[in-house]
Amino acid sequence: MLGLNKNDATLFLVVLALTMLAPFILNPFPEGSGMAQFNAGYPDLMQRFVIFGIFAIGFNILFGLTGYLSFGHAAFLGVGSYAAIWSLKLFTLDVIPAIIFAIILAGAFSLLVGFISLRRSGIYFSILTLAFAQMSYALAYSVLTPLTGGETGLQIKGTDTPLLSNVADGEIGRANLLGAEMSSGFDMAVGSWLFTFNLGYYIAAVAMLIAFYLSIRIFRSPFGMMLRAVKSNQQRMNYTGLSPKPYTLAAFVISGMYAGLAGGLMVAMDTQVGPERMFWTASGEVVIMTILGGAGTLLGPVLGAGFIKYFENIVSKINKDILHNWFAFLPDGFEDVMVSLVYPFVGKGWHLTLGILFMLVVIFLPGGLVEGGQRLIGLFRRKSKSSEAGKADGTEPAE
Amino acid sequence: MGILEVSGVNKRFGGLQALGDVNLSVEEKSVHAIIGPNGAGKSTLLNCLVGKLIPDSGSVMFDGQSVLGRKPHEINQMGISRVFQTPEIFGDLTVLENMLIPVFAKRDGAFRMHAIESVPHEKDVIARAEEMLAEVKMLEKSGMTASSLSRGDKRRLEMAMCLVQEPKLLLLDEPTAGMARADTENTIQLLKDIRTERGITMAIIEHDMNVVFSLADRITVLAQGTPLVEDIPDNIKGHPKVREAYLGEAQV
Amino acid sequence: MDQIIVQILNGLDKGSAYALIALGLTLIFGTLGVVNFAHGALFMLGSFCAVIMSRILSASHTVIDETRTDFLGNPLKVDVPYVYDWFGEAAGQTIIDWAVPISILFAIPVMIGVGFIMERGLIKHFYKRPHADQILVTFGLAIVLQEVIKYFFGANPIQTPAPEAFTGSLDFGVWLGFDPLTIMYPYWRLVYFLFAALIIAAVFAFLQFTTFGMVVRAGMADRETVGILGIDIDKRFTLMFGIAAAVAGLAGVMYAPIVAPNYHMGMDFLVLSFVVVVVGGMGSLPGAVAAGFLLGILESFASMPWMVDKLPGINQIIIYLVAIIILLTRPRGLMGRKGVMED
Repeated sequence: MLGLNKNDATLFLVVLALTMLAPFILNPFPEGSGMAQFNAGYPDLMQRFVIFGIFAIGFNILFGLTGYLSFGHAAFLGVGSYAAIWSLKLFTLDVIPAIIFAIILAGAFSLLVGFISLRRSGIYFSILTLAFAQMSYALAYSVLTPLTGGETGLQIKGTDTPLLSNVADGEIGRANLLGAEMSSGFDMAVGSWLFTFNLGYYIAAVAMLIAFYLSIRIFRSPFGMMLRAVKSNQQRMNYTGLSPKPYTLAAFVISGMYAGLAGGLMVAMDTQVGPERMFWTASGEVVIMTILGGAGTLLGPVLGAGFIKYFENIVSKINKDILHNWFAFLPDGFEDVMVSLVYPFVGKGWHLTLGILFMLVVIFLPGGLVEGGQRLIGLFRRKSKSSEAGKADGTEPAE
Repeated sequence: MGILEVSGVNKRFGGLQALGDVNLSVEEKSVHAIIGPNGAGKSTLLNCLVGKLIPDSGSVMFDGQSVLGRKPHEINQMGISRVFQTPEIFGDLTVLENMLIPVFAKRDGAFRMHAIESVPHEKDVIARAEEMLAEVKMLEKSGMTASSLSRGDKRRLEMAMCLVQEPKLLLLDEPTAGMARADTENTIQLLKDIRTERGITMAIIEHDMNVVFSLADRITVLAQGTPLVEDIPDNIKGHPKVREAYLGEAQV
Repeated sequence: MDQIIVQILNGLDKGSAYALIALGLTLIFGTLGVVNFAHGALFMLGSFCAVIMSRILSASHTVIDETRTDFLGNPLKVDVPYVYDWFGEAAGQTIIDWAVPISILFAIPVMIGVGFIMERGLIKHFYKRPHADQILVTFGLAIVLQEVIKYFFGANPIQTPAPEAFTGSLDFGVWLGFDPLTIMYPYWRLVYFLFAALIIAAVFAFLQFTTFGMVVRAGMADRETVGILGIDIDKRFTLMFGIAAAVAGLAGVMYAPIVAPNYHMGMDFLVLSFVVVVVGGMGSLPGAVAAGFLLGILESFASMPWMVDKLPGINQIIIYLVAIIILLTRPRGLMGRKGVMED
């Protein structure tokens, strides 16, 4: 199907189903129940899942395939965002041109940064990308204020009159797709469950599916194989008559365009942007997502982005009262001990949990959650196989 | 006129004259060995041929074209393949993928943005790669990760990756260095087979004279960056200058 | 002329911090071959050593002073630091006042200990892994360390003043024959610079003149050969990690009065320190120190009003700009050795 082999097609269909049905899947708990706070099926969060998914999928094309660790990809996301907001402010409130501008501008900027940074490899490359990104951040923050709005960033204002959109004087324009506003949608109540369907989310989700599909094609293409060759042995590549630089640069620009797409979508959803979007910790975040999920795998970045954004929102909401509820079944003394033991890792301590988790993955599971999942499945299959066969032929590899 | 013509090549590293006025001519379809004691400049010479180093002066002509100033991948595309002292393969990729890459490189050149095509749909390329793997008797290993191969298999794979490109000249950098006796014999046999079956021009850099005597048509002896003698193997064996060069080394 | 001297002086203290952090980074990289993204966190931990020490020293108990009353007429409750009880009020006050310098004594063993635990517990398992993995795991560690500090000390900067005696400024210009008050330099910054110079000198002397240092230098140049000689290089490298951690920690302790310690100061310094290391040349100790001061001073020049007037924002990007130019024109940095991290 669609030029994919059976496994990839299945994977794509699974991701397709998950994203399309996300409003149901992410809202498993009835409204008003104690668990409702763990529902993630509200538009804002769902949009973030898929947008950061796109960002991580793109980053993975660079890092997962070529092994070049960029610490500056947030810069491309930021450039995409600024491009998109200007398109909304000046050109049209329709999001499609905004997103296209975002991709093009981020692609052009990544071509420039990549062309220079890729003259070096290894740690030097990482530092160069970091330097570029920090420079972009500093510029957006200060000198380029006329273009970026400086510290406060840019929003759509009442004074903006986009060329192609009819906005009444003083009215604050809203981003739309062919006239339908991003925030439009409907709620569906089933019993005590409430499911929210939001146009903005579905636009971002379709964008992610396209991005995901393209990444599968790239992974399975000769080009993708060459990128893995870059990671594996550049010397041999050179002496096989291949030039590693244009391959790596192409991967860099592609991942920059993915970042631009993500940045453009962000603006399409909330019509604002600030320079902190380009800060190096934002670049670090996409690194963490990709690796946590599984660098170099197809599904890993999507999983990692979803995982981190989900727990960031949910775990950071857990407070002392909730913990006391959880441990209420314990005797009083134990309850307090458990609460004070767990408390540092939830709520505001979410980054601590994330840091520990990230370290554990890098140390024990270099393949990330995907590898963890495969190991679990392997273990499970082996067990069932050996119990069927009666005797252990479990030394056979699982895949 | 040989297929490879090296004339008047000089290369200095700081105060050290690594190559001094090297002239060399490799005839088409011949096996030409370059031998010499350690530090004679063999590797420097090889690196000048493949574009890793640029000589200070002199010319290197391959098939009527100068290779000087070209990058390694461009020189490969001209028809020179190189086998390394320790096999250089794509360790993270499967054996089949290792084989596919040179076939793609031969077909598509140094860079092609074939990002949407699917590898399994490239039937011709796969057929060519599998044919070559079958020839070196590694077809049944095509799904293995290359880094998990034995050293001998890695050497064969690397050789096959070079041969599948049908190079006009195959450069071998001490192909038996650090090998056990049996492996050395196997490698010599492999090279002999390549030679008889394909008639590929080869230039071999070797430290061990015994290896080259069984393979080479002509031998150039290099000492201190300069060719001492060039002749057929039988004449090299008893040549006083050669003995001097090697004995000189032995005394050190 | 006086403006130039002012800018050089202003650059010195930041440059000192860069130099100290970069020195530690380079020591770790040179000896262990590890790219330590958690080094900034060590600097931050050092700063918090000063915070902890000043809190310990001002730990107090409440007594009721019958002779005085508060505004409600009740006997006044007074917090009396324990050090007052032990050393008398005057001496006790001095001790609290000198908390930051005193923390040096506290920070050295703590930081060496932290360094040991880090190296034995984590880093040593990463010697054979790719540099990308080392960056990632130490990046994770840096997040963990800063979050732990945030948990205990909160997100706000904690003012940690220098001793009373160093609060003023030195009228440096008078010494050089300028008019009074043209070149003012805060005493503490001067102290910081001298302190940094002392530490740098100590590290170099240690590497130059002790047997231990010789082995380490040999190990930096050629690890395998030293290993073949039968010297247990690993143990020495562990100690080296401890020393590097202590250097970063001390840089942090003394920096506390200049910038109030906060949990993310390590990350802020780390990015710049890496740039410093790369500009100096990966693996070159003198390069790291020279580049640290150079970039500190450059940054300070770029912040001069007429500079900012002519090239707005130059002060924000000068370091990165210099790094990019240096990396592209002198790939090995100012004093880098051949063959270090070139693949």
